[in-house]
Amino acid sequence: MSVISRGFGGRGDNDDARIPPGQHETYDFPVLSAGPTPAVSREEWGLDVTDLDGAVTRWGWPDLMRAPSEEFTVDIHCVTTWSKLDTSWRGVRVRDVLGDLATEAEYALVRCYGGYTTNLPIGDLVDRDAWIAYEYEGDDLESAHGGPARLLVPHLYLWKSAKWINGIELHLDDEPGFWETLGYHEYGDPWLEQRYVGD
Amino acid sequence: MSATERAEGAAKTESSGPASRRGPIRWLPARLRAARMETRLARTLVLDVPGWSGHAPGQHVDVRLTAEDGYTAQRSYSVASPSAQDQVELTVQRVQGGEVSTYLTEIMLPGDQLEIRGPLGGWFQWTARIRGPVLLVGGGSGVVPLMAMLRERVRSDSSSPFRLIYSARTPDHIIYTSELHQMGQTHPDIQISRLYTRSGLPDDTREPGRLRIEDLPPPGNEITEGPSRVYVCGPTGFVEHAARLLVDRGYRSSDIRTERFGS
Repeated sequence: MSVISRGFGGRGDNDDARIPPGQHETYDFPVLSAGPTPAVSREEWGLDVTDLDGAVTRWGWPDLMRAPSEEFTVDIHCVTTWSKLDTSWRGVRVRDVLGDLATEAEYALVRCYGGYTTNLPIGDLVDRDAWIAYEYEGDDLESAHGGPARLLVPHLYLWKSAKWINGIELHLDDEPGFWETLGYHEYGDPWLEQRYVGD
Repeated sequence: MSATERAEGAAKTESSGPASRRGPIRWLPARLRAARMETRLARTLVLDVPGWSGHAPGQHVDVRLTAEDGYTAQRSYSVASPSAQDQVELTVQRVQGGEVSTYLTEIMLPGDQLEIRGPLGGWFQWTARIRGPVLLVGGGSGVVPLMAMLRERVRSDSSSPFRLIYSARTPDHIIYTSELHQMGQTHPDIQISRLYTRSGLPDDTREPGRLRIEDLPPPGNEITEGPSRVYVCGPTGFVEHAARLLVDRGYRSSDIRTERFGS
């Protein structure tokens, strides 16, 4: 059944093949989060990687700076229907942070300053493009956008790219994160419009 | 609602709507029953949505428009009305160059149709089951989901004290102005404060300007009862600023729930 909105012409300039279904291009950078922005300095920032056996490897800011980083340009897609094309970042690949730890784990639960969590299959972090990003458009990543460092997994809706990341827990079983328990899709592929539970 | 933060675990128990459903949330046809301008830019749309089973105040919906040639556009809007069967009210503010908001505010006529999906968002919501004083802080059209909460508070048997702090550019930019005035007059437990960033009324004692820390009431403590839960909604810059002031004012981050309007 098709419902036509009488008088809606459509602009037709949204036909860029890089825009997933149901999305539209935005030129600013909206900020969306569930509470106040946590203030975390680079000095106090840390990332705890928790292995299946509970062993914790802590990454401090100097560790992140010593790791091989790369500049990359990606398109990002928010479930609230905006997409932003050609955003440029600097970061460290998640696979370089996890190293040998991720070989047996199936899922990751990502934790953040402020308490936010999100879950992803481990393959999306190590076999696909995924980074711990700390620069945006050549500048230090602003706190509103997740600074000092955030996860960036551009092939999934942006709520998976957790801001203010401070932990990656490796698991054998999937454990839903914050939005995933509040009605959002467990995986979140923008090209399949996996916005909400059951999509 | 995208890259985000903050779970206190408590969220699960308050979750309603999508999380408790099975299968995809369906698109429902909606027909415009009536519309009214709230300001020069903001229009309230009263939509008949057969099959709509209600929502929690603060939640939003996805709206989809389809053109004759099959072109579609989709956006998220907060619901302005309290929960009701088969009916949803949205208040939409026109965004310059916004194809969907322009259609909804200027072109759509009673009888015209669109599609709606929801309710969405299990975090930014208030229901009458939640006890305790509530502080609402809204900037511009960010007042819309807060109005749904106020309307629910008035309609329900809740006795929770509500305080709305509403920041707008000028008095002409205040949405729901008469209804807010009336709420403040007729409900002793509902307090409405308007602040203006550009210019106010001749007898205002407050200098126009963006939200200041002294505009915010102190949080409750063991001795004095104050707001125990805060909802902040508005454009990104406003929400960032307001949330920071609230933390400086002594509110706990975990008591502050935010919703930010992107584009």
